[in-house]
Amino acid sequence: MSATEANGKIEYSDTENRNALIAVKSHLIAGFLVFLLMMIAGFTMRAVQGTWLEIGADLFYQIMTVHGVGVVGAAMITSTGVQWYFLRQYVRLSNGIFWTNFLIFLTGVVLILGSIFVGKYGGAWTFLFPLPAISMGAWSSGAAALFQTGVLIIGVGFLILYLDFGRAILARYGSLARALGLTQLFGKEPVDYKHPAAVVASTMVLIVNFMGIAAGAVVLVMGLINLFYPEFKPDALLMKNLTYFFGHVVINATIYASVIAVYELLPRYTGRPWKTNKPFYAAWFAIVFMVMGVYPHHLMMDFAMPNWALIVGQVLSFGSGIPVMVVTGYGALMIVYRSGIKWTTSAKLLFLSMFGWWAGVIPAILDAMVTVNRTFHNTMWVPGHFHFYLLLGLLPMLIGFAYFLAGEGDNKEKTKATDSLGFYAYLIGAFMTSMVFLASGASSVPRRWATHFPEWVGFAQVGTIAASLVVIGMLLFLIRALVSLPGASNPR
Amino acid sequence: MISTVYAITLVGIGLVIAVFYFVITNSKEADPDYPSITKKWYGVRRKWFLFLLVLGIVVSVLSTNPFPVPDQKKEYSGGDYQNVVVDSHQWYWIMTPSTVKAGQPVEFQVSSADVNHGFGIYDEKLTLVAQTQAMPGYTNKLIHTFDKPGKYKILCLEYCGLAHHVMISELTVE
Repeated sequence: MSATEANGKIEYSDTENRNALIAVKSHLIAGFLVFLLMMIAGFTMRAVQGTWLEIGADLFYQIMTVHGVGVVGAAMITSTGVQWYFLRQYVRLSNGIFWTNFLIFLTGVVLILGSIFVGKYGGAWTFLFPLPAISMGAWSSGAAALFQTGVLIIGVGFLILYLDFGRAILARYGSLARALGLTQLFGKEPVDYKHPAAVVASTMVLIVNFMGIAAGAVVLVMGLINLFYPEFKPDALLMKNLTYFFGHVVINATIYASVIAVYELLPRYTGRPWKTNKPFYAAWFAIVFMVMGVYPHHLMMDFAMPNWALIVGQVLSFGSGIPVMVVTGYGALMIVYRSGIKWTTSAKLLFLSMFGWWAGVIPAILDAMVTVNRTFHNTMWVPGHFHFYLLLGLLPMLIGFAYFLAGEGDNKEKTKATDSLGFYAYLIGAFMTSMVFLASGASSVPRRWATHFPEWVGFAQVGTIAASLVVIGMLLFLIRALVSLPGASNPR
Repeated sequence: MISTVYAITLVGIGLVIAVFYFVITNSKEADPDYPSITKKWYGVRRKWFLFLLVLGIVVSVLSTNPFPVPDQKKEYSGGDYQNVVVDSHQWYWIMTPSTVKAGQPVEFQVSSADVNHGFGIYDEKLTLVAQTQAMPGYTNKLIHTFDKPGKYKILCLEYCGLAHHVMISELTVE
């Protein structure tokens, strides 16, 4: 059993700490590299839709597939790097298992890239049954199987990592409920304002992702059996439910894993504490159920779904916005207000992430109303709201953390002109990208179309310009990470 | 509906920008008495939470009564409804019949012979007026009353393979 310091933090050997820091930096750099490539893929798709670039529909949908799976994968691996960095300070985690998941992830990436660019798989990252098996000759069953095997392998790697999270959390706190702060919430223990937010958030992520990835494994295995034994035909609605449960949970959980950086770093930058208290525990307890129960908002146009499930999807979608609007985002506003904060690039990005998450809630909960969904589902409104979350919520958390690790955490690194250029190019580009998607959705432009009607081309052209700014910003962030991260010591 | 939702979104995002801008412009001067700040704003937070709770309950109740999805167990036959059977295939639609009258409700019985498709009805201005999913093994009943005659487009709204974007048909409303 590990030794712990007086302040409750775990002590590791210097060798373990050095190795852990290399592992976290590897996760960040690999993730940022994938993000940049996926942004170039996004830029390419917008340029094609805007008639500024001509490629075949087969290549367009392959790029669309790699863009979707790449962003989800990069979000998972990078957010896990951030989460693991903080969680290991409070519970004893295994470096070996962290590296194992990373290597399994890279193996899965190779399989997925092979399936798409060698096997021509273009069935979208959602692999919605039975499309992978019925491509009309565009790709083989083997290519679809390779894709699904790649995703399955990545899921297995994360399940192994979460087992280590669960073991470590139980070893220190005795139960998941205690780690979540429920014993304090329900008065069985006095409120401990220093109970780590990283432990609360990680326990939530552990629970939902374990369930989500397990559901994903079930749908992937059933899909794989169908590819080779077509007489095995699972129910299409069941498969859709499992797919969206899996997909929604894993991508949604990335922002809850990454927000740990905000809880840990904004107090450093403002000199004020971020206390965990009963509203905080209540919010995170509710999030456990809301993240898992909200997925029927993807199925509102499937009229075979029971009405109660769609109402649950609508109500929980609204409910999911409350914790960020009342607890996390609100807390960030309070901690920054009249704090004398020094606006380093890291601080700017972390605060931006709170804006992106909060503002992104608005188009999301509106679209998750059944009556609204009738004219917004599968239009560009949908990528509009999730690009808001991802470009302006999730990624600023991840990049803000990287700047902290690259030297700003110890005030060793000053903000350079290139950092400011990167920040503002990214900010303007990401905001424009999201707003153009929303404007397109409000004009009923469908999502996932390789070729757009002439009436829609203008949106795509503005979107292409916006995407180019995002690419420039991300490129500058990646270069900065490559230059500064490898030699940076762990901030004290 | 579409323009209202868009306007609410723009106003909402604008308000969030204003709040963040206010906090940023009031961030450089340090007030060491953080407990007083938290005490004051925790009080505001309680009211903000209650406002969101009441708003959520009111909007949820109003927007789901009557429920916006037609009753799937009901038979929409007889003189009150026009019936259109929609079969979707990679990558074409078969609608029987493909001409309906304005002013009288139309029941679309939508199913798929292969993969998931999305049956989206667009008016002549390319505005989406109604949709449902087309799924293998299920028939979704979509009810829509056309206000105006014209040539409506049917576009696929669920990615269904390489020619998804050319899966287009036409519905005539007289």
